[in-house]
Amino acid sequence: MVPEDLKENPHLVALGTMAEEFSDAFGELTIYIPRTDIVEACTLLKQRGFNRISAVTAVDWFPVEPRFEVIYHLHRLPVSSTHGAHERLRLKCRVSGENAEIDSVTSVWAGANWYEREIFDLFGIQFRNHPDLTRIMMPDYWEGHPLRKDFPIHGHKYDYAQEQ
Amino acid sequence: MADVIIPETPVAAENASTRRTTTMNMGPQHPSTHGVLRIVVDLDGETIVNARPDIGYLHTGIEKEMEVKTWQQGVTLTDRADYLANLSNNLCYSLAVEKLLGLEVPPKAEFTRVMLCELSRIQSHLVSLGTHALDIGAMSFFFYCMREREDILRLFEMFSGQRMMTSYIRIGGLALDHPRGWDKQVKRFLDSFPSKVDQYESLLNENPIWKQRTIGVGVLDVEQLLELGVTGPMIRAGGVAWDVRVDEPYSGYEKFNVQVPVYHNSDVFDRYRVRMFEMRESCRIAKAAMEGMPEGRFKAVAPKVVLPDREQMKTQMESLIHHFKIVTEGFAVPAGEVFQVVESPRGEIGYYVVSDGGSRPYRVHMRTPSFGNLQALPALFKNSLISDSIATLGSMDFTLGDTDR
Repeated sequence: MVPEDLKENPHLVALGTMAEEFSDAFGELTIYIPRTDIVEACTLLKQRGFNRISAVTAVDWFPVEPRFEVIYHLHRLPVSSTHGAHERLRLKCRVSGENAEIDSVTSVWAGANWYEREIFDLFGIQFRNHPDLTRIMMPDYWEGHPLRKDFPIHGHKYDYAQEQ
Repeated sequence: MADVIIPETPVAAENASTRRTTTMNMGPQHPSTHGVLRIVVDLDGETIVNARPDIGYLHTGIEKEMEVKTWQQGVTLTDRADYLANLSNNLCYSLAVEKLLGLEVPPKAEFTRVMLCELSRIQSHLVSLGTHALDIGAMSFFFYCMREREDILRLFEMFSGQRMMTSYIRIGGLALDHPRGWDKQVKRFLDSFPSKVDQYESLLNENPIWKQRTIGVGVLDVEQLLELGVTGPMIRAGGVAWDVRVDEPYSGYEKFNVQVPVYHNSDVFDRYRVRMFEMRESCRIAKAAMEGMPEGRFKAVAPKVVLPDREQMKTQMESLIHHFKIVTEGFAVPAGEVFQVVESPRGEIGYYVVSDGGSRPYRVHMRTPSFGNLQALPALFKNSLISDSIATLGSMDFTLGDTDR
């Protein structure tokens, strides 16, 4: 259920066909972008005033396919009072489990760097053209990606069955 | 978190042909890194050519653990993320879940939340400034800060029974009603605190060593800071008047007059001045919240979500059933997603909470200010002296629990 007036939203109009789906539940505008268009969409939105990226994160909808959603929280921060109001926007990309890969947005906002590393580390999603895609939270020798839904809460090494 | 063996980095190798650099470890067990932070620095003499922060030593998988706890149990985990601003984290998570539930909290709970969050801001700034000054050599300042912090922790203990891991702000309101005689105790502290800030300022503001160590140190222009995801006092010291409490008010902050300090040099000294200003300001807001404290319930009336009153449980079967249900299996939250933002002492906290309609969160992502602020470390350290880097580090004010989660 998308309200008609939402279609008039200037950001959605600017994104044009790149906006696959959208909603504004709880007054938070969410736009689905095709995976291949993410850098283009972000560049466009940055030109439209979204000068900072608040966070990038992911959700694993295992076993649904495409299982991952990569989420970008954008923020329009007016640097002075004459620059209009604050605005937040959420972009989402669906990423499949078999080919868990997406373009990095570090070229648009340098601040996305660590967030993408975190997603790479904890979800195992590859970011193309990322300057330094290494594990950030877990040790380098770690196997698996802890925030995936098929990663058990107690880890792989510990076996309750064996204990009994 | 990288291996402890230092790899030969391309940057170091490149410099080696022209100038000789030394690669060194700062941390992870070093007092001035304020926690278990490791920084690999390439030094040319005493100048830092390149710095690579290495985090993850305190990663405890809070976000993963959230997914197996009930919604209310999740509050206790938010305490452990930022161990100096527990209440701000409690508040952010609770607000996000309340938004999903469509739950309104009574005004008394809102005012108490504001009051305690402001006290928690003072407390956090005291630790941050105290340790920051200690790093640069101002030792007595640290003791004064800890003295006042102790008073605030006693207030927290009075309210919640806990000094630090309070879990006092719960989904739907507060954990407990106000303790007897709270207003006198809080008033006594808030009345005396502004004069204590004067005391701190008399120690540092005109102190020639402090000024030499901080003015013009750790400068980075604000566009670059914003680009790197820095928030909070660091941004305000660079001239951007952005405070979530004013610009996207939550929990009734629109009822308070919040002054945002702005300085323009973006150096360590200005960050110190912003925090000093914020402590006075927080004291004023907490006082306003205390004086205007409404009467009434401290938690919402929502039998399916909020625990019933003890008295009711003894007389009404229904309340007893609700209590049992909430405690054993939790409550369901309608499917949806919410991104809630709160101003913590360190900057912008954002909780992205996803529900699939079950009794446990499907996913909780914490956008923590320390993580964002720490990302600017290489840029801030570049071409600075190693002794100045300690001053810069202190002024960034991060907690590693908040960074690594």
